[in-house]
Amino acid sequence: MAAAGAGQQWVLVEMVQAFYEAPAYHLILEGILILWIIRLLFSKTYKLQERSDLTLKEKEELIEEWQPEPLVPPVPKDHPALNYNIVSGPPTHIITVNGKECINFASFNFLGLLDNEKVKSAAQASLKKYGVGTCGPRGFYGTFDVHLELEERLAKFMRTEEAIIYSYGFATIASAIPAYSKRGDIVFVDEAACFAIQKGLQASRSNIKLFKHNDMADLERLLKEQETEDQKNPRKARVTRRFMVVEGLYMNTGDICPLPELIKLKYKYKVRIFLEESLSFGVLGEHGRGITEHFGINIDDIDLISANMENSLASIGGFCCGRSFIIDHQRLSGQGYCFSASLPPLLAAAAIEALNIMEDNPDIFQTLRAKCERIHKALQGISGLKVVGESFSPALHLQLEESSGSRENDVKLLKRVVDYCMNSGIALTQARYLEKEEKCLPPPSIRVVITVEQTEQELDKAASLLKEAAQSVLN
Amino acid sequence: RQGSGKKMEDTFSILYFQKNGISNGTLYKKTFIEHFEQAPMYVAVLTFLGFGVGTVFGYLRDFMRAWGLEKRNVATEREQQKDFVPLYQDFENFYTRNLYMRIRDNWNRPICSVPGPQFDLMERVTDDYNWTFRFTGRTIKNVINMGSYNYLGFAETDVNALKTVTIELQKYGTGICSTRQEMGTLDKHIELEKLVANFLGVEDAMVFGMGFATNSMNIPALVGKGCLILSDELNHTSLVLGARLSGATIRIFKHNNMQSLEKLLRDAIIYGQPRSRRAWRKIIILVEGIYSMEGSIVRLPEIVSLKKKYKAYLYLDEAHSIGAVGATGRGVVEYFGMSPDDVDVLMGTFTKSFGAAGGYIAGRKDLVDFLRTHSHSAVYATSMCPPVAEQIIRAMKCLMGLDGTTQGLQRVRQLGKNTRYFRRRLHEMGFIIYGNDDSPVVPLLLYMPGKIGAFARRMLEKNIGVVVVGFPATPITESRARFCVSAAHTREMLNTVLNALDELGDFLQLKYSRYSKSSHPELYEETRLELED
Repeated sequence: MAAAGAGQQWVLVEMVQAFYEAPAYHLILEGILILWIIRLLFSKTYKLQERSDLTLKEKEELIEEWQPEPLVPPVPKDHPALNYNIVSGPPTHIITVNGKECINFASFNFLGLLDNEKVKSAAQASLKKYGVGTCGPRGFYGTFDVHLELEERLAKFMRTEEAIIYSYGFATIASAIPAYSKRGDIVFVDEAACFAIQKGLQASRSNIKLFKHNDMADLERLLKEQETEDQKNPRKARVTRRFMVVEGLYMNTGDICPLPELIKLKYKYKVRIFLEESLSFGVLGEHGRGITEHFGINIDDIDLISANMENSLASIGGFCCGRSFIIDHQRLSGQGYCFSASLPPLLAAAAIEALNIMEDNPDIFQTLRAKCERIHKALQGISGLKVVGESFSPALHLQLEESSGSRENDVKLLKRVVDYCMNSGIALTQARYLEKEEKCLPPPSIRVVITVEQTEQELDKAASLLKEAAQSVLN
Repeated sequence: RQGSGKKMEDTFSILYFQKNGISNGTLYKKTFIEHFEQAPMYVAVLTFLGFGVGTVFGYLRDFMRAWGLEKRNVATEREQQKDFVPLYQDFENFYTRNLYMRIRDNWNRPICSVPGPQFDLMERVTDDYNWTFRFTGRTIKNVINMGSYNYLGFAETDVNALKTVTIELQKYGTGICSTRQEMGTLDKHIELEKLVANFLGVEDAMVFGMGFATNSMNIPALVGKGCLILSDELNHTSLVLGARLSGATIRIFKHNNMQSLEKLLRDAIIYGQPRSRRAWRKIIILVEGIYSMEGSIVRLPEIVSLKKKYKAYLYLDEAHSIGAVGATGRGVVEYFGMSPDDVDVLMGTFTKSFGAAGGYIAGRKDLVDFLRTHSHSAVYATSMCPPVAEQIIRAMKCLMGLDGTTQGLQRVRQLGKNTRYFRRRLHEMGFIIYGNDDSPVVPLLLYMPGKIGAFARRMLEKNIGVVVVGFPATPITESRARFCVSAAHTREMLNTVLNALDELGDFLQLKYSRYSKSSHPELYEETRLELED
């Protein structure tokens, strides 16, 4: 031990001796090398391919030369969506479109509440008391007692714990989805989901998995795949939320989702359901409560129901209803709720009155369904056009039986059919889409909307007119 | 002296430009004064301390709740769904549960009258420390309203004023039930759009049913992948959402800081898109007219000169400034004496100055035609409701003088007078106020979290309704109370508020400013800023 210690000491002494005996230039060189190493350790990382070798003159030249695209590309004058149909006066049952009086088969006024006198007088009373606008978001003195009343009434009507109102129908589901589903979560959504849902999903930045329209086998396949993924990484799976977004009555295809099967899948794979009921609220079910009443399902099984008040309730805005546990979260994290002015009170009062009418006359739903069945039957067998949608759906599509090959030509053909009908007194419209933005673009179609105000003669007239139009244009 | 955004030292941006053009040119035709005073250091320390104490107690309460020592008041998940992945992470809601919940009674206060200069609040009490509220059934009458965005006082129930709205409501009803491109374009919309275009001095305009949705649905139509968005640090959520939904690259420049913006523009054009080095398809600058949390006005002349030099496009969101600034209420473009052709996309909302709801985008005809065909709102969202459109039409006609009276101009002038008076008095009293001297949005800094609740509650006791904002809407150390001055406020109402603020400022020690003028200006020939050192 002592020898080793002595050996070490001996080495140290030798080193110091060598240090003293080394020539000066050697020491200086070593010193410089050590300083260089220290400098390299502390200097910033070297950026590759930096155009920092450009001189100021070259930079100015680049700035001069750069030409941006024009802010908007030019729109051709004959673009099909550029020339709107202008309605003079209210879009009621008899509508004046482009100066011509027609029967309205294009506005989603299912229960005919748009020109109901009681609704209008409720709105007038509210106008006298509150003025028009609310001048603030819900958090900053924009909450009026009518809003609270409407939320209570909607919650009571739908038999849920709580409801929350938005001031715009589109913003309802587009704000609700990103409030719960964040980056890293998984959402299973039907292909035929409407654009508002697509925007909500885009804003949420979650993983989107599309399943074929109303195809439960496809959905189950996707869920099983996700399950096997989860087993590989159980820690991640424990914090990844899963959601399913479906519509009660699809706007793009006119059919309903198979809700009982979806509930079964929900409990089997532990996926929460968000149901979008814009078209089915006030249409399906014995009392108009939507698809849950239609199928007789306990409403607590659905995590969130979102609907807009712009169809059956003939007002503006939207609402979400469900358990307080879920809905209360949106009051602080729903962007369209927190950062936007609240619904004008006259529209809220109109919605409350419309709800009153719905509750007092539950037989209008049966009447509406009968009319839908009638026209659905009458429209069968038109040569060249096929009816797309359930027999009890008040919003149908008429698509071309055989496409001409190009979407533009299909649109032009359908336009001629629509013009023929408009000239003869039936107001129709084509279903409009943003062709480049939709995930799954539906084929071009004519929208036929059935309301409770249309008489049987008018329904028959519309059907026969469509037959004539199809005959003359498509053959 | 030219300053930049809030930094280490106090910044006073005083830009003087005389008509004959000296040094910085003739960009600004009148003085542009903005204040962003920094509070003394002890205030920041105490603020952090306040949040610290709140957090410690929050952890304590969570612990007690978890162990059943304290009652849980939150709604819980269904029994059948307890084995689902939890919907909310516990820590996400920590702030809501423990800090926000304590002072929750200062927000979402329901009112039951028109949101004019005075309103009636529904009295509500809580038996369990703000977890639930109940209404006593009484109303607190004639509370002075310093919180609603009623800049020109058009939120009124005067029968004569609302005559046309009543008629249109009776004629049209409240619903449209269709989108603009299908069967939802009424003659009222065409009339309104022409009027808006006329008002702003542009070729054409398009109106939408919701102000928030105007941004979030039209920015994605204008820009897409391969484009660059340069957005101000403090832009509103709707602009941020629209920018994110568009898929373009977003770069943020410091609030109202022209050097930061210019650097970003230069780097963007010189270096192109990241990694591929391709040139950007287009560059668009997103700014607001008046920023609602700061009260600052955008430096429009400088931005326009930058945009012209670098060939970028400018999107100006005038939600708070349309109707509120400018000699005839036409917004920041008029305020700076510029032409509306300098701004590519003029956007605004009708909620604030016009007492209605909805938004518009105006500009050249080709821009509006493009939006008519490609805007998400035109294809998928319901159009504006006719009585609301009529309210905007009558308010705008009043502003333009088309109804035969000078009431519109009077309102704008009254708003200007009220704003300047209010701000001057608050400066004299010694509060720290942010923003431009001409902006009707007046943020008064409170800093400490405890003062947020105290301030709002005591002001309500004095029958004045104020808006207080804290984290996360503002930076954590800069909680504030935000006043919105209205043309409908009389001098008496403002004096009542100012006296109450004076009292409360002394009681809560809110007078942090080191530059307060004397509170008796009439003793001096002219008021001068007294700097301590």
